[in-house]
Amino acid sequence: MIITDAQQNPPRSQAERHAHIVGWGADLDHAHRPAYPMERTPPRLPHAVPPPEQQHSHADVLVSSERPRITPVYGTTLPPKGLSGWLRRQAFRHSENDLRHWMMLLLADRVNVGEGLIDDLSRGHVPNLYAEMGGRAELRHNPMGAARKAAIGIAALALIAVALKRRR
Amino acid sequence: MLAMNYRGPYRVRAAHKAEPEIEHPGDAIVRVTRSCICGSDLHLYHGLVPDTRVGTTFGHEFTGVVEAVGPAVEHLKPGQHVLVPFNIFCGNCYFCQKELYSNCHDTNPSATAVGGIYGYSHTTGGYDGGQAEYVRVPMADIGPTVIPPDLDVDDAVLLTDALPTGYQAAEMGDIEEGDTVVIFGAGPIGIFAAKSAWLLGAGRVIVVDHVEYRLDFVRRYAQCEVVDFKQVGDMAVHIKKMTDGLGADVCIDCVGCEAAGSFAHTLLGVKLKLQGGAAIVLHWCINAVRKGGRVSIVGVYGPTFNAVPIGNAINKGLTLRMNQASVKRHLPRLIEHIQAGRIRPSDVITHRIDLRDVADAYHLFSSKLDNCIKTVLVPPSALAA
Repeated sequence: MIITDAQQNPPRSQAERHAHIVGWGADLDHAHRPAYPMERTPPRLPHAVPPPEQQHSHADVLVSSERPRITPVYGTTLPPKGLSGWLRRQAFRHSENDLRHWMMLLLADRVNVGEGLIDDLSRGHVPNLYAEMGGRAELRHNPMGAARKAAIGIAALALIAVALKRRR
Repeated sequence: MLAMNYRGPYRVRAAHKAEPEIEHPGDAIVRVTRSCICGSDLHLYHGLVPDTRVGTTFGHEFTGVVEAVGPAVEHLKPGQHVLVPFNIFCGNCYFCQKELYSNCHDTNPSATAVGGIYGYSHTTGGYDGGQAEYVRVPMADIGPTVIPPDLDVDDAVLLTDALPTGYQAAEMGDIEEGDTVVIFGAGPIGIFAAKSAWLLGAGRVIVVDHVEYRLDFVRRYAQCEVVDFKQVGDMAVHIKKMTDGLGADVCIDCVGCEAAGSFAHTLLGVKLKLQGGAAIVLHWCINAVRKGGRVSIVGVYGPTFNAVPIGNAINKGLTLRMNQASVKRHLPRLIEHIQAGRIRPSDVITHRIDLRDVADAYHLFSSKLDNCIKTVLVPPSALAA
């Protein structure tokens, strides 16, 4: 009787091949998969959920033009103000489908950074940019990178100083 | 209270701000015991998510002890230690009724394309996040889950986003027994997607990244093959060579809008903001998957447009699935997996950092220093616990 390679080394099943991987195939059966089917009704929440009451506050909340009213629940932090707030209001005149909406919000974010600096200074707080940008972690874990950045910064300042001196 | 405070791209600090209050009858106030920095927080940190206002507190992955509840809260009690899914959802709207909790229609007035999320810009509802000592938790009867007594809090905090997102990434790939699965990104989500691919019965799991220590970690932790995309020429061609010229059955994007690997995409999307970030991983997924294959996307992309090779996807007959994870939907099964010892999520935590040092924590994670995989922030009030 001739014993073939296949008989001597029968192909192993996936389960045998992956026996060293703890938990392999535990959710192979769709019944174990929490998101199968993709949309499931009714939801498996631990208790009945009534519709949420309407939140009331005096916060100025910008609402998408794509929805009929404010949502029952919302965040109230950091209402729009200043020039960035004006830009954000302009952005919300356009729908989420309109690129202007998002680009104006990004512009407002950049303006808001400047407003944040002015706000800090007006309160007598000089922001520690080195600490806020994680300088201590950079120095500790990437000293060569920190040295390189410092050298580039000093060189840039020197160039500016030379340029200003020549203009005079 | 002490809280993380965003000051602009690449600039954050720990600062004092007013404690949150009950603003809706369904709210709770939670004293934070752990919060994580998520890879998607880096998109905020880098200034890529529209309507990220200066002064915001980030943090959508957190656990904490319930301090107070609103008058409409019936099931959550002060003193309970809870994990809080990153989605803020009502449980009642059209989408929640379909268990699409991440798509809740009633918690985010600012946009209809995304639900409410803690600490993730005003585009997701303008809520402050959990990188603070206290946080307002809306819909407190629905979102928070009491941490079972046999579950470690470090495992619990990873159930608020990272593990469910990795699991959903694999599940949306509709993995069948023996499938070859390619996962782009070896951060925490990619690592958990790799572990989950095995749970779902994959035959081969390949993880792609370019950071050596992350590839080493995922190879050891998830027992998968790895590819350093900087060491290969064309990523899609390389995957085809690894799969008899056919392509992978499933490709998963766990990277999102700040992907490295293409100078053109980085210049146009990340530097010049002419598209919603760098979409190179989407290109790799669509071009490296086999005809008729599945592409799953959990990497975060901004709402602005991206150049995506949709023509190839059509011609190849691909199924594309994508979403933010509906965390609550996955929790019972994932808690079972942890209790059964099939996965220990806290193994990915490499750094536990005092909230007061939040700026260093962000820089460490963002710049991938000190072999950082996952950073947990611990508020001073929770340090003794």
